[in-house]
Amino acid sequence: MDTVFDSLIPVLGSSVRLSIPLLFACFAGLFSERAGIVDIGLEGKMLAGAFAAGAIAHHAGNPWAGLLAAMGIAMLLSLVHGFASITHRGNQIVSGVAINFLAAGLTALLGQAWYGEGGRTPQLPNTARFLEITWPGAETARASYGEIGNFYANVISGHSILVYAAFLMVPLTWWVLYRTRFGLRLRAVGENPHAVDTAGISVGRLRYLAVLVAGVLCGIGGSYLAIAQSGGFVKDMTAGKGFIALAALVFAKWRPFSAMATCLLFGFLDAAGSRLQGTPLPFIGQVPVQVFQALPYVLTVILLAGFIGKAIPPKAAGVPYTKDR
Amino acid sequence: MLRTTLGTLALVIGMAGTVLAADIEPAVLYDIGGKFDKGFNEGAFNGMEKFKKDTGLAYREFEIQNDAQREQALRNFAKKGNSPIIAIGFSQAAAVEKVAKEFPDVKFAIVDMVVELPNVRSIVFKEQEGSYLVGLLAAKASKTGKIGFVGGMDIPLIRRFACGYVQGAKSVNPNIEVFQNMTGTTGAAWNDPVKGGELAVSQIERGADVVYHAAGATGLGVLQKTAEKGKLGIGVDSNQDGIYPGKVLTSMMKRVDVATYNAAMDVKNGKWSAGFNVLGLKEAGVAYAYDDFNKALITAEMKTAADTAQADIIAGKIQVHDYMSDKACPF
Repeated sequence: MDTVFDSLIPVLGSSVRLSIPLLFACFAGLFSERAGIVDIGLEGKMLAGAFAAGAIAHHAGNPWAGLLAAMGIAMLLSLVHGFASITHRGNQIVSGVAINFLAAGLTALLGQAWYGEGGRTPQLPNTARFLEITWPGAETARASYGEIGNFYANVISGHSILVYAAFLMVPLTWWVLYRTRFGLRLRAVGENPHAVDTAGISVGRLRYLAVLVAGVLCGIGGSYLAIAQSGGFVKDMTAGKGFIALAALVFAKWRPFSAMATCLLFGFLDAAGSRLQGTPLPFIGQVPVQVFQALPYVLTVILLAGFIGKAIPPKAAGVPYTKDR
Repeated sequence: MLRTTLGTLALVIGMAGTVLAADIEPAVLYDIGGKFDKGFNEGAFNGMEKFKKDTGLAYREFEIQNDAQREQALRNFAKKGNSPIIAIGFSQAAAVEKVAKEFPDVKFAIVDMVVELPNVRSIVFKEQEGSYLVGLLAAKASKTGKIGFVGGMDIPLIRRFACGYVQGAKSVNPNIEVFQNMTGTTGAAWNDPVKGGELAVSQIERGADVVYHAAGATGLGVLQKTAEKGKLGIGVDSNQDGIYPGKVLTSMMKRVDVATYNAAMDVKNGKWSAGFNVLGLKEAGVAYAYDDFNKALITAEMKTAADTAQADIIAGKIQVHDYMSDKACPF
């Protein structure tokens, strides 16, 4: 039994780290879709954010500058999405896909033009990154308190500040959505924008706010990838995380705490997949690593097929708002 | 018979073309990792830059952005009269085969893959030999008796690195434990430093204190995490010792630069030959890096052991297993 625990705890630590980009992107999607704007462009915004974070952190030598730049660029892309889909009532899917293409192309192009390293930004020194924070007593706990100490040292302690920010974001989002006037209106605008409009509140303004929040969160997610988890931006480094986050959002039925649980689950699958590679499981034997890679998608499809309850999106999601017809 | 004909042909061309030969313009087609991947493609770039410096001749190059561009770029080079056309990377094989058939008079070379056509030079490396040496060094440097390997895409070529590494390590310590992970099964596995870093951390947490990567840009994450955790990484393809000085034990260098340089020079000097060009330790096609960055990490005893093993491999006293010969690793 000892060995199971010994390998489980590092996997949990790894799951936490891997779930963070999903968590930020998923909550970005949550704000956006709750307000009725479908956001396929999470991936692109994260990627652009990651690039900005890597580039600016390199020039400023400071991770916070990188973080700010990432949020700024992702908000800018959010505004583009908003301009197309809120102001001009364009197709939200098309606009989101366009943002993905734009980000994938521009980051590689600018990276190559500025640094000539094949679309990468220069490798960052530790002073320009968000480093792992070791909590007080982590090492003593690991040494003297057995499994609990190990859990404390591996899973609770030893992450960068953005990880803790991500977990603070969860209750905060819940509070904003369900306990504030802004949240009530945000949810209303995603369900029945006409009612909101009748009450004399601007639908457009609320939706713009929502996509801007999404931009901020995508920016943080991108920064986490580029300047916390690694030491610089690498071409296409989001590697589909924005899409997995969308799957997580559907899986969580657009609710904050379920979204956190889903992201952790998907992170766990990823971490477990890496760890179990090549090691046979009891009773089952060796599991191909592709099984774990495909699981998030398989689970989402099963959910959508109606096996695990029903996932009902916000009613007005994806529908541009027209005042009268 | 064929060889003499070809020889005469080459001689004739060589005599007739002293003026012509000076006019050659080689072309390089990089793989998706990009020209400055601090590894494989960059090696090719360095080789061509050396060619340019030594001969004063220009060369053309292209970095592809997606798979569909391979054929198009090769055909374009061929039409413009570039020779030789050097394609970098195993994924170019299908495109080279197709275009080389269309232009039987143009000279092609492909690195890391075999295309059996009369106008193609297939340049392959004995990665297992270089990996054997770094495996030996890793086992000597390891204090825990556990070492790691992180591969990029799960393909036989990368398994060949892994197998040589394990064999080298076990030659020092038969009981050594070697953790092996592959990053993925698609091309994205070469560009995922986050995943690479996580794999390295998972190996370190299981006790590994030296981790070797053969994973392109993904490996930068491996080297970063090993450096961060105070362990040792091993670089690949180019000399990566300088990325984290003092934290990278050594690098398994594939001299893609030598191979591309030779291919271009051979055409220029009329010495071109198609067919296999297998570069191992003997041909100095693979090597372990030893420079100012890692001098302090490699003791005299380790260096002697590695150099002895190298001599033994060249002399045939040590047979390094080639994974691709039977698609299995006996270690």
